[in-house]
Amino acid sequence: MFKVLSNDLIAPEVHRMVIEASRVAKVRQPGQFVIVRHCEKDERIPLTIADADPAAGTITLIIQAVGVGTKDITATPAGGALRDVAGPLGRPTEIERWGRAACVGGGVGTAVLYPLAKALADAGNEITTIIGARSKGLVILREELAAFSKDVLITTEDGSEGVKGFVTAALEPLVCDPRRRPNVVFAVGPVPMMAAVAEMTRPHGIKTVVSLNPIMVDGTGMCGGCRVTVGGKVRFACVDGPEFDAHEVNFKELADRQGMYGEERCKLEGQLESMAGGGE
Amino acid sequence: MPEDTLTPKQRMAIDRVKMPEREAAVRARSFIEVNLGLSEVAAIQEAQRCIHCKNRPCVQGCPVKLRIPEFLDKVAEGDFAAAAEILRADNTLPATTGRVCPQEKQCEEVCVRGAKGEPVAIGWLERFVADWATEHLGAPKPGAPPSGFRVAVVGSGPGGLTCAGELARMGHDVTIYEALHAPGGVLRYGIPEFRLPKAIVDAEVANLQALGVKIECNVIVGKTITVPQIAAEFDACFIANGAGLPVFLRVPGENLKGVYSANEYLTRVNLMGAYRPDSRTPVARGAAAVVFGGGNTAMDAVRTAKRLGATRAVLAYRRSRLEMPARAEEAKHAEQEGIEFMFLVAPLEILGDDEGWVRAVRLQRMELGEPDASGRRRPVPVAGSEFELAADIVVVAIGTAANPLLTSTCPELKLNKWGNIVTDEHHATSMPGVFAGGDIVRGGATVILAMGDGKEAAAAIDQYLREDA
Repeated sequence: MFKVLSNDLIAPEVHRMVIEASRVAKVRQPGQFVIVRHCEKDERIPLTIADADPAAGTITLIIQAVGVGTKDITATPAGGALRDVAGPLGRPTEIERWGRAACVGGGVGTAVLYPLAKALADAGNEITTIIGARSKGLVILREELAAFSKDVLITTEDGSEGVKGFVTAALEPLVCDPRRRPNVVFAVGPVPMMAAVAEMTRPHGIKTVVSLNPIMVDGTGMCGGCRVTVGGKVRFACVDGPEFDAHEVNFKELADRQGMYGEERCKLEGQLESMAGGGE
Repeated sequence: MPEDTLTPKQRMAIDRVKMPEREAAVRARSFIEVNLGLSEVAAIQEAQRCIHCKNRPCVQGCPVKLRIPEFLDKVAEGDFAAAAEILRADNTLPATTGRVCPQEKQCEEVCVRGAKGEPVAIGWLERFVADWATEHLGAPKPGAPPSGFRVAVVGSGPGGLTCAGELARMGHDVTIYEALHAPGGVLRYGIPEFRLPKAIVDAEVANLQALGVKIECNVIVGKTITVPQIAAEFDACFIANGAGLPVFLRVPGENLKGVYSANEYLTRVNLMGAYRPDSRTPVARGAAAVVFGGGNTAMDAVRTAKRLGATRAVLAYRRSRLEMPARAEEAKHAEQEGIEFMFLVAPLEILGDDEGWVRAVRLQRMELGEPDASGRRRPVPVAGSEFELAADIVVVAIGTAANPLLTSTCPELKLNKWGNIVTDEHHATSMPGVFAGGDIVRGGATVILAMGDGKEAAAAIDQYLREDA
């Protein structure tokens, strides 16, 4: 069991949780994730490690309660415990000194963005952060990102704060201005957002990295459920990623595969006629 | 105890017992175990068929060298406790091997009774005694006094569990690191409930814990900790982390929705319990399922698809029935359940619909040519024989490759060109005190071969520790 030390609501349905996981905390690097399961019957949920304190033996997760599994996890109060926390998984972010870096987060993807933006800043990059959200109340981690960013730009779909529109509305002026053009762009968020960022930077030849979150089970390369096509090759996001060159990713396929379990033929209704004696 | 005083002639006159099975039509819609097990009377009678031949080929045919004739003797006498003692001493996971071993290619293949007629049903008797022991004897007790040595085992599959059990009985302090959230490895995530109930795996694991084996789940060696760290902390280490990297077909359409690796399909169903109404892990279902492969994993996947509601479940194999590596009993059970075998076909393409779901596979017929490196006749495509087969679910069960997660963080370990760990005849790796076995050494193999490795490695580790001391 992994003890929950704190659980704070930082935006509607978005929780910041500090969890005791000393082995993970000791070796975790930016860009890596853990697989978390609240209880026996829950799914295995991959979650990016937002931060870690190796001395205290804790990791911080920022989780949006969207499905049953994440709702169970975020409903665990301080003092409670999670059944499973396994990791750190995935390859760490490749941190280099690029110069100007734009870090673009959409929705709860901003939480995934945070650790890698911080690592980029620590490496001496000049960071411009763009946070996109549906509306003002859903903008997360603004102060945390501002602490090391040269600029923080906000976009909201309803125009309740910052630039009205998507993150690309704030990114476009940057990439079009040779004096402010970033040398590298990191983008994390919904698939359409990452695809739009990739298309915006492609004509300018700006290196663009996205962190992908396909459906996965084990997170160790065993199941292959998280396979994505990158540069025409099949890669496993759990062991080869989760970060990939945005200009090489087949986003259409990724979006299709992510939607798989929302669909009728994966629902539990109409299953076995006889369940007697099956399973524990 | 009844004396077993039959003459050889009387023994020869006994016919092989039949395993009672759940009716095919019923079990094809359920995950309840297929085989029901032998009665005490049937077990005694079957054991009496052993004629105590001089050469005991069955023992040599067994990867863990179970003393089969002695074991059968005790069963024939009705002394199941004594039989269980022999069984447990020689085999760490008897309730498992009694269910999943390919006996017809091991002990039973070389049984002299098989030369004229049918071999003694050694596997079924093993299962019978193991289950009897679980019910009547409780967990085994620690044997040897503590040695003071600490050994780490990486992976809690059949190889790791066997090695851990053997080492614990020798008095060593054993910790198993398991990457997933539950112990058992392929016994847990791979082999379905209808062939190996998870309650059996739980009981086997509990027996090891009773011997003092500690199991720590959610530790991914290569990520959470590394082999060099383990080597620094423990006196020795056995790596049995499995193969665990699925091989795909490399044909167009493989990333369509509804296309799974066998690892994913079976993990969702077995480890995550997707077939149970209370599980939150989903799995795709459909009327037409096509599974590629001819091994036990393919057989497990296609029978699972049938149980999850497929009305047509096809096993498509590129060679013929003769080359099919699956256990004979599984093939028989599958056919009884209405699984369709399609031999000598190879996939060319997986076809999808507008929404990105699989709708069919395009296949090509094959014919058998000259023998290949495996000694089996190589399948050769027949020109112009392409055809389409409808499919809502496709499962790829053509094998696994070595997972580099562990080895990539331990450059000291010598690997072969496929990424498998290289070991000597004592299962020792290139790192002192580090041993390895099972699929990470062999590539794709069987439960019992991994167990054989675990048992032999435990003996080698014991010797290494005591020599070192």
